[in-house]
Amino acid sequence: MDFKNRDIISINEFSKQELLYILKIAGLMEKKPNPNLLNDKILATLFYEPSTRTRLSFTSSMEQLGGKVIGFASPGVSSVKKGETLWDTMKMVDCYADVTAIRHPLEGSARLAAEASSKPVINAGDGANQHPTQTMLDLFTIQKVKGKLENLHIGLLGDLKYGRTVHSLTVALSHFNPTFYFIAPEALQMPKNYLDELREEGIPFSTEQDLLKVSKKLDVLYVTRIQKERFPDPVEYEKYKGVYKLDMGLLPHIKKELKIMHPLPRVDEIDTSIDETRHAVYFEQAANGIPVRKALLALVLGKIK
Amino acid sequence: MKKELTVSAIRNGTVIDHLPSNITFKVVEILDISGIESIISVATNLASKKMGKKGIIKIGNKSLTKDEVDKIALIAPDATVNIIKDYEVREKIKVAIPKIIMRIIKCSNPNCITNNEKAATKFSVLMKNPLKVKCSYCERIMEEEDIVIL
Repeated sequence: MDFKNRDIISINEFSKQELLYILKIAGLMEKKPNPNLLNDKILATLFYEPSTRTRLSFTSSMEQLGGKVIGFASPGVSSVKKGETLWDTMKMVDCYADVTAIRHPLEGSARLAAEASSKPVINAGDGANQHPTQTMLDLFTIQKVKGKLENLHIGLLGDLKYGRTVHSLTVALSHFNPTFYFIAPEALQMPKNYLDELREEGIPFSTEQDLLKVSKKLDVLYVTRIQKERFPDPVEYEKYKGVYKLDMGLLPHIKKELKIMHPLPRVDEIDTSIDETRHAVYFEQAANGIPVRKALLALVLGKIK
Repeated sequence: MKKELTVSAIRNGTVIDHLPSNITFKVVEILDISGIESIISVATNLASKKMGKKGIIKIGNKSLTKDEVDKIALIAPDATVNIIKDYEVREKIKVAIPKIIMRIIKCSNPNCITNNEKAATKFSVLMKNPLKVKCSYCERIMEEEDIVIL
């Protein structure tokens, strides 16, 4: 499988085989440090929107493989402030770096950036649309903690309407014969087009408001934050924030082997008391960003085939 | 048998035929032909065996671009475009919705990069009737009622 020069823009563009291959390389990256693999390479991290985990994880991944990192963490410190277009910025970055990771508040920006650039571009989040490397690390985490991806009962909880991670994860997991439980207030339920797609593919799912109604069936519970920044109306946000709060009271209602995931940052949807239980895997999940991003950088730069 | 023409023939140019009557003027609008100095004839509510009533647009000394033909296909998928040379039909084009629609429609997502930076729009056609398209940039799926022609 050759990923050299491939842009990583949308999870929709990856087949089951390709996803499994990336996870396999991520597994190898975890076992073997490869400190000189990307010695002569430079990663540009263009972050037009704040991010802690994703930017640090890309930077750390590149540096752990011996590469260098240039870029900016907020548009205020770049030419963007002077009105430079994304297209022009990418043309410029093309001369300075071998690969780019971009986060941008506008949907479709990563695709445009990739068209402007002759080097591979990795989407680190384009507005409410896609965040494919998050999805890949989510898959990697599930595979590690459950020992498989196939035939799992997956609960997705929280803001399913605006949450891009749950949209992409649903698409990616659809390759692996899942059963989905979408748990959210009605106004924040999974968008119709995703549910239509599942129906067409014959993938079983149900929509619920009450977590306890389905919690005993779940192998994985993927919790998301109600994202204030995605709400067009702040009054709407106030209505739904804090609607789900997972605490120790949940434990009698779940399987012993249930794993709780969260893309982080969390606000108050998972109480810290859960952190110490066997169910919590969200910090491990964040750590898995490193082997997955190392694998992607090495693959798109053609250092691993 | 020679038919009497309601709209006079043109020597050279384009005749857009078989337009549903109610969208004839919409086609005029999307083609943006108001600046053309040659003869333009627009007729609508003409009797048609196939359609009951139809519209027709004749534009002198103009050949349509591919984008213009595609725009017509989006709102009048059964239209025909005839290229006229010396009063004769030289070519008859049945309009068709392309698999990829470039430039001619606007993404309905205000947060799409194509609505915020100078970038040509691009959509893949998921379904032709009714029309359903997906923005290649922001991945928004648009149904017929959301589609705005640029």
